[in-house]
Amino acid sequence: MQEIVMPINNQGMALLCLLIPLLPLAGFIINGLGNRSIAKGLVSFIGSGTVLASFLITVYLFLDFTSNGSRAYTVDFYNWISVGDMRIGFSFLIDQLTLLMMLMVTGIGFLIHLYSAGYMSHDENFGKFFAFINLFMFSMLLLVMGSNYVMMFVGWEGVGLCSYLLIGFWNKNTSYNNAAKKAFIMNRIGDLGFLLGIFLIFITFGSVSYPQVFAEAANYTGGIDSGVMIAITLLLFVGAMGKSAQIPLFTWLPDAMAGPTPVSALIHAATMVTAGIYMVLRSNVLYVLAPTTLEVIAIVGVATAVLAATIGLAQNDIKKVLAYSTVSQLGYMFLALGVMAFSSSIFHVLTHAFFKALLFLGAGSVIHAMSNEQDIRYMGGLRKYLPITFVTFLIGTLAIAGIPPFAGFFSKDELLAHVWEHNKLLWGLGMLASFMTSFYMFRLVFLTFFGTFRGTESQKSHLHESPFSITLPLIVLAILSTVGGFLGIPAVFGEGNHILQNYLAPIYSYAQVANAAAVAPLHLDHATEWMLMGISVAVAVVAAIFAYVMYVSKKTVPAPEGERLSPVHNLIYNKYYIDEIYDTIIVRPLMWMSAVFHRVLDTVVVDGIVNGFGKLTTYSSRTLRYAQSGMIGFYLMVMVFSIVLILFLNFFIG
Amino acid sequence: MNNIPEVIQTIPLDYYLFFSAALFVIGIIGVLTRRNAIVIFMCVELMLNAVNLLLTALASYRGDANAQVFVFFIMAVAAAEVCVGLAIIVMTYRNIRSTDVQLLNYLKW
Repeated sequence: MQEIVMPINNQGMALLCLLIPLLPLAGFIINGLGNRSIAKGLVSFIGSGTVLASFLITVYLFLDFTSNGSRAYTVDFYNWISVGDMRIGFSFLIDQLTLLMMLMVTGIGFLIHLYSAGYMSHDENFGKFFAFINLFMFSMLLLVMGSNYVMMFVGWEGVGLCSYLLIGFWNKNTSYNNAAKKAFIMNRIGDLGFLLGIFLIFITFGSVSYPQVFAEAANYTGGIDSGVMIAITLLLFVGAMGKSAQIPLFTWLPDAMAGPTPVSALIHAATMVTAGIYMVLRSNVLYVLAPTTLEVIAIVGVATAVLAATIGLAQNDIKKVLAYSTVSQLGYMFLALGVMAFSSSIFHVLTHAFFKALLFLGAGSVIHAMSNEQDIRYMGGLRKYLPITFVTFLIGTLAIAGIPPFAGFFSKDELLAHVWEHNKLLWGLGMLASFMTSFYMFRLVFLTFFGTFRGTESQKSHLHESPFSITLPLIVLAILSTVGGFLGIPAVFGEGNHILQNYLAPIYSYAQVANAAAVAPLHLDHATEWMLMGISVAVAVVAAIFAYVMYVSKKTVPAPEGERLSPVHNLIYNKYYIDEIYDTIIVRPLMWMSAVFHRVLDTVVVDGIVNGFGKLTTYSSRTLRYAQSGMIGFYLMVMVFSIVLILFLNFFIG
Repeated sequence: MNNIPEVIQTIPLDYYLFFSAALFVIGIIGVLTRRNAIVIFMCVELMLNAVNLLLTALASYRGDANAQVFVFFIMAVAAAEVCVGLAIIVMTYRNIRSTDVQLLNYLKW
């Protein structure tokens, strides 16, 4: 039966919970106000230190939570909004999912802060960078800790804002600013859906607080797949589409690579983009009530996974390849959500956070060594110069490609096993994407670290392994990418050893009540499970061998800019011209409409009215001033006649 | 001895009305046609007195003392006004050696 989530009555714990988001906020304020007047050492100490403190508190909270029987609780601070029947509290919900996300956000966040201290050390706006990234930590923690949809929305907007600020961090470059604007605007489209979803939740359940909404939903009488449920879940999913870069709102994420590399790692790979998955997972009880939406999510997810993977095959910018792989992996996570493999999805979120942060930070280390060169066509042979980066990057690649025993294998395999049970076609497409993922990741590794160096002489003389503050996070993340998968050991190796699944089980208790059939555990016989595992490993290895043959044995280097490509290659190299299509069917007509409105409504109508008043006044004053002739006799005459006129009017009209 | 209202009532009301109207119109015409500030000023006084006369006559015919009190007020204000007005005229004369209002046309567009 369902446990009711109780508010905690321990003041000390409540304070600790509050400190977790407040510490990064304090860091933001200090570093933001003292941008250039605080010494760089102190800035990085404050920036990283506050996040480390949050992480340690989170660990303490986690240990306390698990040792006290893993009972979810809320921490209420005050009544934030109260209008009519609506009461929205400023409160946190601490449960298994929240703690997992908090650990991930603060843990990886701290590593990336540490990395930034080294990576950004030459930047003049060092303090600004740390301020923004701390603000991001605050918003993200608010997003995952909030106990109602409105607080989630506040965090949601906060991370969107930080994403915008950080993509456009080097704001002297117009194309970076455009990328930032694109990310912001695309996210707004999604946010509108999210907001409408929240309104609909409030109308349907009379509350936006999770415990109340989920309890109501568990006893929902409208039946499964009712119209309102589909509407709510679809609207929420539109929000997730924007934030987590799914078709059709994914084009901002590759462009978001304009930001500094630590930002790409933290915001656009490990944490913020998984907010959409967190949101769907948090609302799992609503989603199990709307299987139709889940079908849509699965289709969108798999389409995104395949599409992004194909684009990744032909990109030459090291960060762009990783960006498309992020989009593709996010597609996997949504695919998992779509087939109701909720735990597998969050498992993949977790492992992906490890290995994708690792890959991005590794890419950052490479870019750092290459004096800001990002094009893999000018790299090669870096393994000799950057040994630590090479080894850790290789681990990340093995993890994302799904080669055992690295983390990605476990999560992706589990995820695809669920998909297999649900729909064989989706599984096939997932496998296809997996093949391509492995191929383009190994292509990246081989082109970057193997072969001979293809850059300029001056770049070659600068090649050096990155400093300790950069390699340390790489090593830690490499370890996590290696062992992270053992959180979810497949059933063949012992039933009930899936630590993560056991841990997360309580968050589906409402869903269990609402639609028990939907959340039934996976039951595959061991032979099938072995077969699926075998296929997925084989696919990854074959792709890796292909990449090896092509880029190491044959020493193929992608064609330089401007060379003629085969039509298919050209199509994927240009990202299916999706940006151009959006430009033609959405941006251009909007621009045109704005231009028309500007010319017609604004310049003619509005300006006409405003300027008209001005002109009228000027004109009439210019004319009337001749009445002020200075002749007293004339004034007197006018006065007399006016009085006479008034008297007449008074007599004959009044 | 008859009291004052009765004395006033020995002349019909119409006469008073016509007389004060005539005085008033003379005043207006004077104000509009003359150029000498002092004459204009006198014409204004003439108009004031036309009104005073009318008020007094009507007051006695209607047996209402309010209008008579009002007349006193008008006279007091007129005295103050004469004070100020004549001072202005004197200053004007000192400045332009004339009391012709047509010459005072500096303040215009």
